[in-house]
Amino acid sequence: MDHTPPPFFNRGPAPLVRLAFFASLSLALLVLDARFRYTEGLRSVLALAVYPLQSLATLPAALGERVAGYFASQSQLRDENGVLRAKLLDAAQGALRFEAAQAETAQLRRLIGAAERAPLKATPAEILYNGRDPYSRKVVIDKGSQQGVAAGSPVVDQHGVIGQVTRAHALLAEVTLLTDKEQAIPVQVVRSGLRAVAFGGGTSGMLELRFMAANAEIQNGDKLVTSGIDGTYPPGLPVATVARVERDAAYAFARIFCQPAAGVESGGYVLVLGAQSGRLAQPAEAGVEREKRPGRTRKPRRKDGDAAQ
Amino acid sequence: MLLSNAPASQSILLPVSAGTIFGSLAVALLLNFLPWSSIALAPDFVALVLAFWCVRQPRLVGLGAGWLLGLLTDVGNGVLLGQHALAYSLLAFAAITLSRRILWFPLWGQALHVAALLLFAQGISALVRLAAGAEVPGWSIAVGPLFGAVLWPVVSLLLLLPQRMPTDVDETRAI
Repeated sequence: MDHTPPPFFNRGPAPLVRLAFFASLSLALLVLDARFRYTEGLRSVLALAVYPLQSLATLPAALGERVAGYFASQSQLRDENGVLRAKLLDAAQGALRFEAAQAETAQLRRLIGAAERAPLKATPAEILYNGRDPYSRKVVIDKGSQQGVAAGSPVVDQHGVIGQVTRAHALLAEVTLLTDKEQAIPVQVVRSGLRAVAFGGGTSGMLELRFMAANAEIQNGDKLVTSGIDGTYPPGLPVATVARVERDAAYAFARIFCQPAAGVESGGYVLVLGAQSGRLAQPAEAGVEREKRPGRTRKPRRKDGDAAQ
Repeated sequence: MLLSNAPASQSILLPVSAGTIFGSLAVALLLNFLPWSSIALAPDFVALVLAFWCVRQPRLVGLGAGWLLGLLTDVGNGVLLGQHALAYSLLAFAAITLSRRILWFPLWGQALHVAALLLFAQGISALVRLAAGAEVPGWSIAVGPLFGAVLWPVVSLLLLLPQRMPTDVDETRAI
Protein backbone atom coordinates (compact mmCIF):
# COMPACT_ATOMS: atom_id res chain seq x y z
CA MET A 1 0.00 0.00 0.00
CA ASP A 2 1.20 3.48 -0.86
CA HIS A 3 1.50 5.82 2.07
CA THR A 4 2.16 9.12 0.29
CA PRO A 5 0.43 12.06 2.00
CA PRO A 6 -2.60 13.60 0.32
CA PRO A 7 -1.75 16.55 -1.95
CA PHE A 8 -2.90 19.24 0.48
CA PHE A 9 -0.07 18.27 2.83
CA ASN A 10 2.47 18.34 0.02
CA ARG A 11 5.28 20.72 0.98
CA GLY A 12 7.68 20.09 -1.90
CA PRO A 13 11.19 18.78 -1.51
CA ALA A 14 12.77 18.55 1.95
CA PRO A 15 14.59 21.69 3.17
CA LEU A 16 17.97 19.98 3.04
CA VAL A 17 17.40 18.98 -0.56
CA ARG A 18 16.47 22.56 -1.43
CA LEU A 19 19.52 23.84 0.43
CA ALA A 20 21.79 21.46 -1.49
CA PHE A 21 20.19 22.58 -4.78
CA PHE A 22 20.51 26.31 -4.18
CA ALA A 23 23.94 26.09 -2.56
CA SER A 24 25.35 24.11 -5.47
CA LEU A 25 23.71 26.51 -7.93
CA SER A 26 25.37 29.45 -6.12
CA LEU A 27 28.72 27.70 -6.00
CA ALA A 28 28.52 26.94 -9.72
CA LEU A 29 27.76 30.61 -10.42
CA LEU A 30 30.65 31.68 -8.19
CA VAL A 31 33.13 29.47 -10.00
CA LEU A 32 31.80 30.50 -13.41
CA ASP A 33 32.09 34.17 -12.47
CA ALA A 34 35.40 34.15 -10.62
CA ARG A 35 37.31 31.75 -12.87
CA PHE A 36 35.80 31.98 -16.33
CA ARG A 37 33.74 35.20 -16.41
CA TYR A 38 30.94 33.46 -18.28
CA THR A 39 28.17 35.23 -16.39
CA GLU A 40 28.31 38.71 -17.93
CA GLY A 41 25.17 38.13 -20.01
CA LEU A 42 23.11 37.06 -16.99
CA ARG A 43 24.59 39.95 -15.04
CA SER A 44 23.60 42.59 -17.58
CA VAL A 45 20.03 41.23 -17.77
CA LEU A 46 19.68 41.29 -13.97
CA ALA A 47 21.31 44.72 -13.87
CA LEU A 48 18.49 46.07 -16.03
CA ALA A 49 16.01 44.49 -13.60
CA VAL A 50 17.48 46.23 -10.54
CA TYR A 51 18.14 49.52 -12.34
CA PRO A 52 14.76 51.10 -11.37
CA LEU A 53 15.42 50.35 -7.70
CA GLN A 54 18.95 51.70 -7.93
CA SER A 55 17.90 54.92 -9.58
CA LEU A 56 15.09 55.28 -7.05
CA ALA A 57 17.63 54.84 -4.26
CA THR A 58 19.68 57.77 -5.52
CA LEU A 59 16.60 60.02 -5.60
CA PRO A 60 16.64 61.14 -1.92
CA ALA A 61 20.21 62.43 -2.20
CA ALA A 62 19.42 64.22 -5.47
CA LEU A 63 16.25 65.67 -3.99
CA GLY A 64 18.13 66.88 -0.92
CA GLU A 65 20.67 68.53 -3.18
CA ARG A 66 17.92 70.31 -5.10
CA VAL A 67 16.22 71.49 -1.93
CA ALA A 68 19.54 72.74 -0.58
CA GLY A 69 20.14 74.47 -3.90
CA TYR A 70 16.73 76.13 -3.66
CA PHE A 71 17.57 77.59 -0.28
CA ALA A 72 21.09 78.69 -1.21
CA SER A 73 21.15 82.44 -0.84
CA GLN A 74 21.81 84.76 -3.72
CA SER A 75 24.96 86.26 -2.24
CA GLN A 76 26.37 82.77 -1.76
CA LEU A 77 25.68 81.95 -5.39
CA ARG A 78 27.22 85.23 -6.55
CA ASP A 79 30.37 84.58 -4.53
CA GLU A 80 30.60 81.10 -5.95
CA ASN A 81 30.02 82.45 -9.44
CA GLY A 82 32.84 84.93 -9.00
CA VAL A 83 35.24 82.26 -7.81
CA LEU A 84 34.26 79.98 -10.67
CA ARG A 85 34.72 82.78 -13.20
CA ALA A 86 38.22 83.50 -11.91
CA LYS A 87 39.00 79.80 -12.10
CA LEU A 88 37.62 79.62 -15.64
CA LEU A 89 39.78 82.53 -16.72
CA ASP A 90 42.81 80.84 -15.26
CA ALA A 91 41.93 77.53 -16.89
CA ALA A 92 41.19 79.19 -20.23
CA GLN A 93 44.64 80.73 -20.26
CA GLY A 94 46.12 77.33 -19.51
CA ALA A 95 43.99 75.78 -22.22
CA LEU A 96 45.18 78.32 -24.79
CA ARG A 97 48.78 77.60 -23.97
CA PHE A 98 48.01 73.89 -24.00
CA GLU A 99 46.51 74.14 -27.47
CA ALA A 100 49.56 75.94 -28.78
CA ALA A 101 51.84 73.39 -27.14
CA GLN A 102 49.77 70.55 -28.52
CA ALA A 103 49.98 71.94 -32.05
CA GLU A 104 53.70 72.35 -31.65
CA THR A 105 54.07 68.80 -30.31
CA ALA A 106 52.03 67.39 -33.16
CA GLN A 107 54.23 69.25 -35.64
CA LEU A 108 57.41 68.00 -33.97
CA ARG A 109 56.01 64.46 -33.91
CA ARG A 110 55.27 64.70 -37.61
CA LEU A 111 58.84 65.89 -38.18
CA ILE A 112 60.34 62.91 -36.39
CA GLY A 113 57.81 60.56 -37.96
CA ALA A 114 56.13 59.35 -34.78
CA ALA A 115 52.49 58.44 -34.72
CA GLU A 116 50.20 61.30 -33.84
CA ARG A 117 48.32 61.08 -30.61
CA ALA A 118 44.61 60.80 -31.16
CA PRO A 119 42.63 63.47 -29.30
CA LEU A 120 40.88 62.03 -26.26
CA LYS A 121 37.14 61.68 -26.14
CA ALA A 122 35.86 62.48 -22.67
CA THR A 123 32.42 61.76 -21.23
CA PRO A 124 31.47 63.66 -18.08
CA ALA A 125 29.75 61.50 -15.46
CA GLU A 126 28.57 61.74 -11.89
CA ILE A 127 29.45 59.31 -9.12
CA LEU A 128 26.15 57.87 -7.93
CA TYR A 129 27.33 55.92 -4.91
CA ASN A 130 30.17 53.90 -3.49
CA GLY A 131 30.06 50.20 -4.17
CA ARG A 132 28.42 48.32 -1.30
CA ASP A 133 31.24 45.85 -1.00
CA PRO A 134 33.69 46.03 1.91
CA TYR A 135 36.10 43.73 0.08
CA SER A 136 36.80 45.95 -2.91
CA ARG A 137 36.93 49.62 -3.80
CA LYS A 138 34.48 50.62 -6.47
CA VAL A 139 32.15 53.46 -7.33
CA VAL A 140 29.18 53.48 -9.67
CA ILE A 141 28.81 56.29 -12.21
CA ASP A 142 25.68 57.37 -14.06
CA LYS A 143 26.90 56.73 -17.60
CA GLY A 144 26.90 53.31 -19.23
CA SER A 145 27.45 51.61 -22.55
CA GLN A 146 24.47 53.54 -23.98
CA GLN A 147 26.52 56.75 -23.57
CA GLY A 148 29.65 55.18 -25.02
CA VAL A 149 31.39 54.16 -21.80
CA ALA A 150 33.30 50.93 -22.36
CA ALA A 151 35.04 48.60 -19.95
CA GLY A 152 38.70 49.51 -19.66
CA SER A 153 38.28 53.27 -20.05
CA PRO A 154 40.31 55.36 -17.59
CA VAL A 155 38.38 57.66 -15.27
CA VAL A 156 39.85 60.97 -14.04
CA ASP A 157 38.74 63.89 -11.89
CA GLN A 158 40.18 67.40 -11.83
CA HIS A 159 43.30 66.32 -9.92
CA GLY A 160 44.22 63.08 -11.64
CA VAL A 161 43.36 59.46 -12.31
CA ILE A 162 40.84 57.85 -9.98
CA GLY A 163 40.48 54.45 -11.61
CA GLN A 164 39.23 52.42 -14.51
CA VAL A 165 35.82 51.27 -15.75
CA THR A 166 35.74 47.55 -15.06
CA ARG A 167 32.16 46.79 -15.99
CA ALA A 168 29.85 48.82 -18.21
CA HIS A 169 26.14 48.14 -17.85
CA ALA A 170 23.61 49.72 -20.19
CA LEU A 171 22.95 52.81 -18.05
CA LEU A 172 25.55 52.55 -15.27
CA ALA A 173 29.20 51.66 -15.09
CA GLU A 174 31.36 50.32 -12.28
CA VAL A 175 34.69 52.04 -11.75
CA THR A 176 37.38 50.19 -9.82
CA LEU A 177 39.41 52.74 -7.87
CA LEU A 178 43.20 52.84 -7.97
CA THR A 179 43.28 51.87 -4.30
CA ASP A 180 41.60 48.51 -4.95
CA LYS A 181 43.89 45.61 -4.16
CA GLU A 182 43.44 44.11 -7.64
CA GLN A 183 44.08 47.32 -9.55
CA ALA A 184 47.40 48.23 -11.15
CA ILE A 185 48.48 51.26 -13.17
CA PRO A 186 51.74 51.88 -15.05
CA VAL A 187 53.37 55.08 -13.83
CA GLN A 188 56.46 57.16 -14.41
CA VAL A 189 58.34 59.35 -11.96
CA VAL A 190 58.27 62.89 -13.34
CA ARG A 191 61.63 63.88 -11.84
CA SER A 192 63.70 60.93 -13.04
CA GLY A 193 61.63 59.33 -15.80
CA LEU A 194 61.74 56.02 -13.93
CA ARG A 195 58.92 53.64 -14.92
CA ALA A 196 57.05 51.49 -12.44
CA VAL A 197 53.71 49.86 -11.78
CA ALA A 198 51.57 51.14 -8.90
CA PHE A 199 49.30 48.63 -7.15
CA GLY A 200 46.34 49.45 -4.96
CA GLY A 201 46.96 49.25 -1.22
CA GLY A 202 43.46 48.16 -0.24
CA THR A 203 42.10 49.46 3.04
CA SER A 204 45.06 51.79 3.65
CA GLY A 205 43.90 54.04 0.79
CA MET A 206 47.46 54.28 -0.55
CA LEU A 207 49.21 53.00 -3.66
CA GLU A 208 52.30 50.83 -3.55
CA LEU A 209 55.13 50.58 -6.06
CA ARG A 210 56.22 46.97 -6.06
CA PHE A 211 59.41 45.39 -7.37
CA MET A 212 61.47 48.57 -7.30
CA ALA A 213 65.14 47.98 -6.62
CA ALA A 214 66.30 49.07 -3.16
CA ASN A 215 68.53 51.72 -4.73
CA ALA A 216 65.90 53.03 -7.15
CA GLU A 217 66.05 56.75 -7.89
CA ILE A 218 62.96 57.80 -5.98
CA GLN A 219 62.34 59.98 -2.96
CA ASN A 220 59.55 61.43 -0.86
CA GLY A 221 57.43 63.99 -2.68
CA ASP A 222 58.13 62.65 -6.16
CA LYS A 223 55.18 63.08 -8.51
CA LEU A 224 53.99 60.03 -10.43
CA VAL A 225 52.15 60.32 -13.75
CA THR A 226 50.80 57.66 -16.09
CA SER A 227 53.47 56.41 -18.44
CA GLY A 228 51.03 55.43 -21.17
CA ILE A 229 52.94 52.30 -22.18
CA ASP A 230 49.95 50.05 -21.53
CA GLY A 231 47.82 51.71 -24.21
CA THR A 232 44.96 52.09 -21.72
CA TYR A 233 45.83 55.21 -19.77
CA PRO A 234 46.93 58.23 -21.82
CA PRO A 235 50.42 59.39 -20.77
CA GLY A 236 51.01 62.29 -18.43
CA LEU A 237 47.96 62.12 -16.13
CA PRO A 238 48.81 62.75 -12.46
CA VAL A 239 48.43 59.58 -10.38
CA ALA A 240 50.08 59.95 -6.98
CA THR A 241 52.78 61.50 -4.84
CA VAL A 242 55.38 59.39 -3.10
CA ALA A 243 54.65 59.56 0.61
CA ARG A 244 57.04 57.06 2.20
CA VAL A 245 60.04 55.08 1.02
CA GLU A 246 61.30 52.20 3.16
CA ARG A 247 64.68 50.85 2.15
CA ASP A 248 65.79 47.77 4.06
CA ALA A 249 69.10 46.12 3.29
CA ALA A 250 67.58 42.73 4.10
CA TYR A 251 65.26 42.90 1.09
CA ALA A 252 66.06 43.27 -2.59
CA PHE A 253 63.14 45.64 -3.12
CA ALA A 254 62.23 48.96 -1.57
CA ARG A 255 58.75 49.45 -0.14
CA ILE A 256 57.32 52.64 -1.63
CA PHE A 257 53.93 54.03 -0.62
CA CYS A 258 52.20 56.82 -2.51
CA GLN A 259 49.28 59.10 -1.80
CA PRO A 260 46.80 59.24 -4.71
CA ALA A 261 46.64 62.66 -6.36
CA ALA A 262 42.92 62.60 -7.13
CA GLY A 263 40.20 62.53 -4.53
CA VAL A 264 39.91 58.80 -5.14
CA GLU A 265 37.47 58.18 -2.32
CA SER A 266 35.59 61.47 -2.36
CA GLY A 267 34.80 62.62 -5.86
CA GLY A 268 31.53 63.98 -7.18
CA TYR A 269 32.01 64.48 -10.91
CA VAL A 270 34.45 62.58 -13.09
CA LEU A 271 35.48 62.32 -16.73
CA VAL A 272 35.51 58.97 -18.49
CA LEU A 273 38.22 59.08 -21.14
CA GLY A 274 37.78 57.07 -24.30
CA ALA A 275 39.82 53.89 -24.40
CA GLN A 276 42.77 54.45 -26.70
CA SER A 277 42.34 51.70 -29.25
CA GLY A 278 44.53 53.53 -31.77
CA ARG A 279 47.61 53.42 -29.58
CA LEU A 280 47.90 49.67 -29.42
CA ALA A 281 49.35 49.57 -32.93
CA GLN A 282 52.39 51.64 -31.99
CA PRO A 283 54.74 48.97 -30.65
CA ALA A 284 54.20 46.89 -33.79
CA GLU A 285 55.26 49.80 -36.03
CA ALA A 286 58.27 50.48 -33.88
CA GLY A 287 59.13 46.80 -34.01
CA VAL A 288 58.96 46.75 -37.82
CA GLU A 289 61.34 49.67 -38.01
CA ARG A 290 63.68 48.06 -35.59
CA GLU A 291 63.73 44.78 -37.45
CA LYS A 292 65.42 46.50 -40.36
CA ARG A 293 68.46 46.97 -38.20
CA PRO A 294 70.79 43.99 -37.98
CA GLY A 295 70.83 41.98 -34.77
CA ARG A 296 67.40 43.13 -33.60
CA THR A 297 64.87 40.44 -34.33
CA ARG A 298 62.82 40.49 -31.17
CA LYS A 299 59.10 40.19 -31.82
CA PRO A 300 57.01 43.05 -30.46
CA ARG A 301 55.07 42.06 -27.40
CA ARG A 302 51.40 42.73 -27.08
CA LYS A 303 50.76 45.16 -24.29
CA ASP A 304 47.24 44.37 -23.29
CA GLY A 305 47.68 43.24 -19.89
CA ASP A 306 48.26 44.33 -16.45
CA ALA A 307 45.97 47.26 -15.89
CA ALA A 308 42.94 46.08 -17.81
CA GLN A 309 41.96 43.17 -15.65
CA MET B 1 2.89 45.07 26.19
CA LEU B 2 4.57 43.96 23.00
CA LEU B 3 8.05 44.40 24.41
CA SER B 4 7.20 42.54 27.61
CA ASN B 5 8.62 39.15 28.41
CA ALA B 6 5.68 37.28 26.95
CA PRO B 7 6.38 35.27 23.81
CA ALA B 8 5.67 37.46 20.81
CA SER B 9 3.72 34.76 19.01
CA GLN B 10 0.74 34.88 21.37
CA SER B 11 -1.53 37.27 19.53
CA ILE B 12 -3.69 35.92 16.74
CA LEU B 13 -2.85 37.47 13.38
CA LEU B 14 -4.65 37.83 10.09
CA PRO B 15 -3.25 35.81 7.19
CA VAL B 16 -0.41 37.60 5.45
CA SER B 17 -0.90 39.02 1.99
CA ALA B 18 1.62 38.36 -0.77
CA GLY B 19 1.75 42.09 -1.43
CA THR B 20 3.12 42.79 2.05
CA ILE B 21 5.90 40.25 1.61
CA PHE B 22 6.79 41.40 -1.89
CA GLY B 23 6.61 45.08 -0.99
CA SER B 24 8.71 44.72 2.15
CA LEU B 25 11.41 42.80 0.27
CA ALA B 26 11.44 45.46 -2.48
CA VAL B 27 11.74 48.23 0.13
CA ALA B 28 14.57 46.31 1.79
CA LEU B 29 16.43 46.09 -1.55
CA LEU B 30 15.85 49.81 -2.03
CA LEU B 31 17.23 50.56 1.44
CA ASN B 32 20.29 48.46 0.63
CA PHE B 33 20.90 50.43 -2.55
CA LEU B 34 20.79 53.79 -0.73
CA PRO B 35 24.17 55.53 -0.88
CA TRP B 36 25.33 54.77 2.66
CA SER B 37 28.37 56.73 3.67
CA SER B 38 29.91 53.80 5.49
CA ILE B 39 29.30 50.34 4.10
CA ALA B 40 30.46 48.55 7.22
CA LEU B 41 27.99 50.27 9.55
CA ALA B 42 24.94 49.96 7.28
CA PRO B 43 22.73 47.03 8.24
CA ASP B 44 21.79 44.52 5.55
CA PHE B 45 18.06 45.16 5.31
CA VAL B 46 17.46 42.41 2.77
CA ALA B 47 18.96 39.80 5.07
CA LEU B 48 16.92 41.15 7.98
CA VAL B 49 13.57 41.16 6.17
CA LEU B 50 14.31 37.80 4.57
CA ALA B 51 15.06 36.34 7.99
CA PHE B 52 11.83 37.85 9.31
CA TRP B 53 9.65 36.25 6.64
CA CYS B 54 11.51 32.95 6.87
CA VAL B 55 10.81 32.90 10.60
CA ARG B 56 7.18 34.05 10.28
CA GLN B 57 6.11 32.41 7.01
CA PRO B 58 8.49 29.52 6.34
CA ARG B 59 6.06 28.02 3.82
CA LEU B 60 5.77 31.17 1.71
CA VAL B 61 9.29 32.60 1.81
CA GLY B 62 12.26 30.30 1.73
CA LEU B 63 15.44 29.36 -0.01
CA GLY B 64 14.26 30.23 -3.51
CA ALA B 65 13.35 33.78 -2.52
CA GLY B 66 16.64 34.13 -0.67
CA TRP B 67 18.61 32.90 -3.62
CA LEU B 68 16.90 35.29 -6.04
CA LEU B 69 17.31 38.26 -3.69
CA GLY B 70 20.95 37.35 -3.26
CA LEU B 71 21.43 37.32 -7.03
CA LEU B 72 19.82 40.77 -7.35
CA THR B 73 22.00 42.09 -4.51
CA ASP B 74 25.11 40.68 -6.17
CA VAL B 75 24.32 42.40 -9.45
CA GLY B 76 23.28 45.66 -7.82
CA ASN B 77 26.45 45.81 -5.74
CA GLY B 78 28.68 44.60 -8.56
CA VAL B 79 30.24 41.81 -6.53
CA LEU B 80 31.00 38.19 -7.34
CA LEU B 81 27.84 36.63 -8.76
CA GLY B 82 26.55 34.04 -6.30
CA GLN B 83 28.16 35.44 -3.16
CA HIS B 84 25.00 36.84 -1.58
CA ALA B 85 22.91 34.15 -3.27
CA LEU B 86 24.80 31.51 -1.30
CA ALA B 87 24.77 33.54 1.91
CA TYR B 88 21.04 34.32 1.72
CA SER B 89 20.02 30.74 0.88
CA LEU B 90 21.99 29.50 3.88
CA LEU B 91 20.46 32.27 5.99
CA ALA B 92 16.96 31.28 4.85
CA PHE B 93 17.66 27.65 5.66
CA ALA B 94 18.95 28.49 9.14
CA ALA B 95 16.04 30.85 9.79
CA ILE B 96 13.46 28.25 8.73
CA THR B 97 15.16 25.60 10.85
CA LEU B 98 15.15 27.92 13.88
CA SER B 99 11.76 29.50 13.22
CA ARG B 100 9.76 27.45 15.76
CA ARG B 101 12.36 28.07 18.43
CA ILE B 102 12.75 31.80 17.74
CA LEU B 103 9.02 32.56 17.99
CA TRP B 104 8.95 31.29 21.57
CA PHE B 105 11.18 34.11 22.72
CA PRO B 106 10.25 37.72 23.45
CA LEU B 107 11.44 40.28 20.92
CA TRP B 108 14.85 40.94 22.48
CA GLY B 109 15.51 37.20 22.68
CA GLN B 110 14.56 36.91 19.04
CA ALA B 111 16.98 39.74 18.24
CA LEU B 112 19.82 37.74 19.79
CA HIS B 113 18.99 34.78 17.56
CA VAL B 114 18.79 37.08 14.56
CA ALA B 115 22.19 38.56 15.40
CA ALA B 116 23.65 35.06 15.19
CA LEU B 117 21.83 34.44 11.89
CA LEU B 118 23.00 37.71 10.29
CA LEU B 119 26.57 37.21 11.50
CA PHE B 120 26.44 33.71 10.00
CA ALA B 121 25.34 35.11 6.62
CA GLN B 122 28.02 37.82 6.70
CA GLY B 123 30.60 35.17 7.60
CA ILE B 124 29.57 33.06 4.61
CA SER B 125 30.01 35.94 2.18
CA ALA B 126 33.33 36.85 3.84
CA LEU B 127 34.51 33.26 3.39
CA VAL B 128 33.50 33.33 -0.26
CA ARG B 129 35.36 36.57 -0.91
CA LEU B 130 38.48 35.46 0.96
CA ALA B 131 38.48 32.23 -1.06
CA ALA B 132 38.26 34.35 -4.22
CA GLY B 133 41.34 36.31 -3.14
CA ALA B 134 39.96 39.52 -1.63
CA GLU B 135 41.74 41.41 1.13
CA VAL B 136 40.78 40.81 4.76
CA PRO B 137 38.26 43.56 5.58
CA GLY B 138 38.72 43.53 9.34
CA TRP B 139 36.23 43.20 12.18
CA SER B 140 34.17 46.17 11.05
CA ILE B 141 32.06 43.90 8.85
CA ALA B 142 30.51 42.44 12.03
CA VAL B 143 29.01 45.82 12.96
CA GLY B 144 26.39 45.83 10.19
CA PRO B 145 24.77 42.53 11.26
CA LEU B 146 24.70 43.66 14.90
CA PHE B 147 22.94 46.89 13.87
CA GLY B 148 20.53 44.77 11.88
CA ALA B 149 19.74 42.67 14.95
CA VAL B 150 19.11 45.85 16.95
CA LEU B 151 16.57 46.83 14.29
CA TRP B 152 14.78 43.46 14.56
CA PRO B 153 12.10 44.54 17.11
CA VAL B 154 11.24 47.61 15.03
CA VAL B 155 11.11 45.61 11.81
CA SER B 156 8.95 42.93 13.47
CA LEU B 157 6.45 45.45 14.76
CA LEU B 158 6.32 47.30 11.43
CA LEU B 159 5.96 44.22 9.25
CA LEU B 160 3.29 42.67 11.49
CA LEU B 161 1.15 45.83 11.45
CA PRO B 162 -0.86 44.82 8.35
CA GLN B 163 -1.71 41.49 10.03
CA ARG B 164 -2.95 42.86 13.34
CA MET B 165 -6.65 42.38 14.10
CA PRO B 166 -8.78 45.43 14.70
CA THR B 167 -9.32 45.55 18.45
CA ASP B 168 -12.93 46.58 18.87
CA VAL B 169 -13.98 45.71 22.36
CA ASP B 170 -17.59 44.60 22.34
CA GLU B 171 -19.00 45.29 25.81
CA THR B 172 -22.30 43.56 25.14
CA ARG B 173 -20.77 40.27 23.98
CA ALA B 174 -21.47 37.31 26.24
CA ILE B 175 -17.97 35.82 26.21
